[in-house]
Amino acid sequence: MTQDTSPPLLQLSGIGKHFGGLAALTDVSLHIKQGEIYGLIGPNGAGKTTLFNILTGLYQLDSGSFTFAGSAYTCCKPHLLAQAGIARTFQNIRLFANMTALENIMVGRHLRTHTGLWGALTRNAAARAEERAVTDRAHELLRYVGINRPSNTLAKNLSYGEQRRLEIARALATDPKLLALDEPAAGMNATETASLKTLLQTIRASGITILLIEHDVKLIMNLCDRIAVLNYGEKIAEGQPEEIRSNPAVITAYLGTAA
Amino acid sequence: MAILLMTLPFITDELLGRGWVRILDFALLFIMLALGLNIVVGYAGLLDLGYVAFFAVGAYTYALLASPQLGLHLPFWIILPIGALIAGIFGALLGTPTLKLRGDYLAIVTLGFGEIIRIFLNNLNAPINITNGAQGISQIDPIRIADFSLGRVHEIFGLSFPAVHLHYYLFLALTLLVIFVSSRLQYSRIGRAWMAIREDEVAAEAMGINTRNIKLLAFVMGASFGGVAGGLFAGFQGFVSPESFSLMESVMILCMVVLGGMGNIGGVILGGVLLVVLPEALRNGAGPAQQWLLGRTVIDPESLRMLLFGVALIVVMLWRPAGLWPSSVRRRELEAEDSIAHQEQETVYDARH
Repeated sequence: MTQDTSPPLLQLSGIGKHFGGLAALTDVSLHIKQGEIYGLIGPNGAGKTTLFNILTGLYQLDSGSFTFAGSAYTCCKPHLLAQAGIARTFQNIRLFANMTALENIMVGRHLRTHTGLWGALTRNAAARAEERAVTDRAHELLRYVGINRPSNTLAKNLSYGEQRRLEIARALATDPKLLALDEPAAGMNATETASLKTLLQTIRASGITILLIEHDVKLIMNLCDRIAVLNYGEKIAEGQPEEIRSNPAVITAYLGTAA
Repeated sequence: MAILLMTLPFITDELLGRGWVRILDFALLFIMLALGLNIVVGYAGLLDLGYVAFFAVGAYTYALLASPQLGLHLPFWIILPIGALIAGIFGALLGTPTLKLRGDYLAIVTLGFGEIIRIFLNNLNAPINITNGAQGISQIDPIRIADFSLGRVHEIFGLSFPAVHLHYYLFLALTLLVIFVSSRLQYSRIGRAWMAIREDEVAAEAMGINTRNIKLLAFVMGASFGGVAGGLFAGFQGFVSPESFSLMESVMILCMVVLGGMGNIGGVILGGVLLVVLPEALRNGAGPAQQWLLGRTVIDPESLRMLLFGVALIVVMLWRPAGLWPSSVRRRELEAEDSIAHQEQETVYDARH
C-alpha cells in the first residue's frame, strides 16, 4: 500500500481510562492508516467499546491523547468529533426507533446542512434545495446499504439485519472519514454476515477508513488489513491477521494457558 | 372551514350566548399554549411541568408595560414581541441548568420552576412594588392596534362586533400563525433533530447534533409561544394575578397535549378545544341535568365537573393511549406493538400445543 508515507488518519497515544478502581484502558497506543480496515478484538470486557466511546466523545479520557486527521484531542464533545469525521454505530442498536428509515438517515445529514429557524419558517429557495438534497442522499444511502423497504417504514419495524445496516447508513450520512462499527455482525446469520462483508468492502473502496469491533473471528480475519487485540484494557498484540492468528499471547488470552 | 371559523363567534353568540364566545377566546389561547408545550414535550420529548410560568411571564410583561402599575402604556404591537422575547429568555433560563436532566428529574425541576415564578409574582410587591403581589395588576389597557381598540364595540359593514368577537378574530389570526410556525418547524432539519433527541439523545449526539443548542431552542420556542398567549390573556382580561398561573394550569396544558395526541398539531388543537369547552359544558350542564333526573341538586356542579373530567381522562387514556388524534407515526408505532404482541402470543401458543 502507498499510505505508509502519509501520516496515519488516527493515532492513539497512551490512552488510559478508569472507572473508579477499575482500569478499563491502560496506555493503549495504536494508529490507523487512511483507507484500511482495522479490526479490534478481545474477550468481553477487554475495553473495546470503552475505546470507541472515548473516540466518539461519549467518555472523556483520563490520560493520553489522540490525533485525528491532523488535530489533537484530549477531550471533546461528541458532536464535534462527528463534525471532524468520526461516525459510529452502536453495539446495542440505537436507532431513532419511532422515526422512519429515511428520517433516521436524514438526521445523519444534520451536521453537514445548515437550515436554521429562518429557513425552516420561510422555506426559501436555499432551504428547499437543501431539503431536497438531504432526501435524495438519504434514499441513495438506503439503497446503498441494501434496505429494500418503503422508505417510510419505521426503524423499529425493520428486521434485525436491516436495523444494523440502517445504523451504518445513518453513520455514512455524516460523510465520515472514519467509520467505527461496534459489532456490526452480532446476531446476524451467515447470509447476512456475508452481505455485510461485501458492504464493508464497498465502503472501504469508496475511500472511507473502517474501525471494526467484532467477535466473528472469521469475518475479522477475512476483512481486516490489521488487527489489534485488547485484553484487560491493554493492547497485547497488533499486526496482520496471520500474525494475530499465531500470536501466543492472543491464544492465551482467548483460550487460557495449559496448566 | 374558513367560513365556519369566521362566523363561529356569531353562531355561538346566537345559539349559546355571549359567555360562550368568551370561552371560545379562551380555547384559542389554550390552543396556543398547548402548541407551544407540544414543541417541548411532543417534539423534543422534554417533559415540562412548569409551562404555565411562560404564560405568566408573557401576561405580566403585558400587564407591566400597559397599565398604571408602572405608568407605562406601550402599544400592543410592541409589547407582544417583547413578551415573547422575555418568555423566550426565561425559557433559556430554565433550559440551561436542566440540559443534563431527563425524564422524571427534568419534570421535577420544571415543576419547581413553575412554582418559583408564581411565588415571585406573589411576593414582588416589597421592597419595591413591581407585581402588586397577590392582588395582581388591574386596569390593564385593552388591546389596541393603531387606533382600533378591541375593548369597545365596533360597527363594521353594518354588523356590530362586541369586544369578545374582536378578540376572537385577533386570537384566531395568532393561533393560525402559531400553527403555521409549528408545522413548518416539525418538518424541517430542526424538527428532525428534536425528534432524534426525543428518540435517543446519545445517538443524536453521536450523529453530530449539538444537543445543547437544539434542546435550548425547543425550550425557547415553546416559551415564546407561551409568552404570546400570556400577553393576549392580560390584554383580554384587563387583570392578572398570580393565582391564574398555578400548577393546575400547567397540568391542564399538558393534558391537552397528551390527550389530544402528542406531536400531532391537529390532535393538540383538538385537546385544547375539548379541555376548555368540556369543563364549561359540564359546569353549565351538570346542575340542570341533576334537577331534571333527581329533582334536586345532589352534588355541587363545580365538584361534579372535576369528577367527570377525571373519569373522561382515564377513559380516553385507556381506550386511546396515543391520544384522541395521534400523529401518524405514533399510531403506526402502537399498531406495530399490537401486531408484534399478537405474533408473540401466537408463537407461545404454537410452542405449547
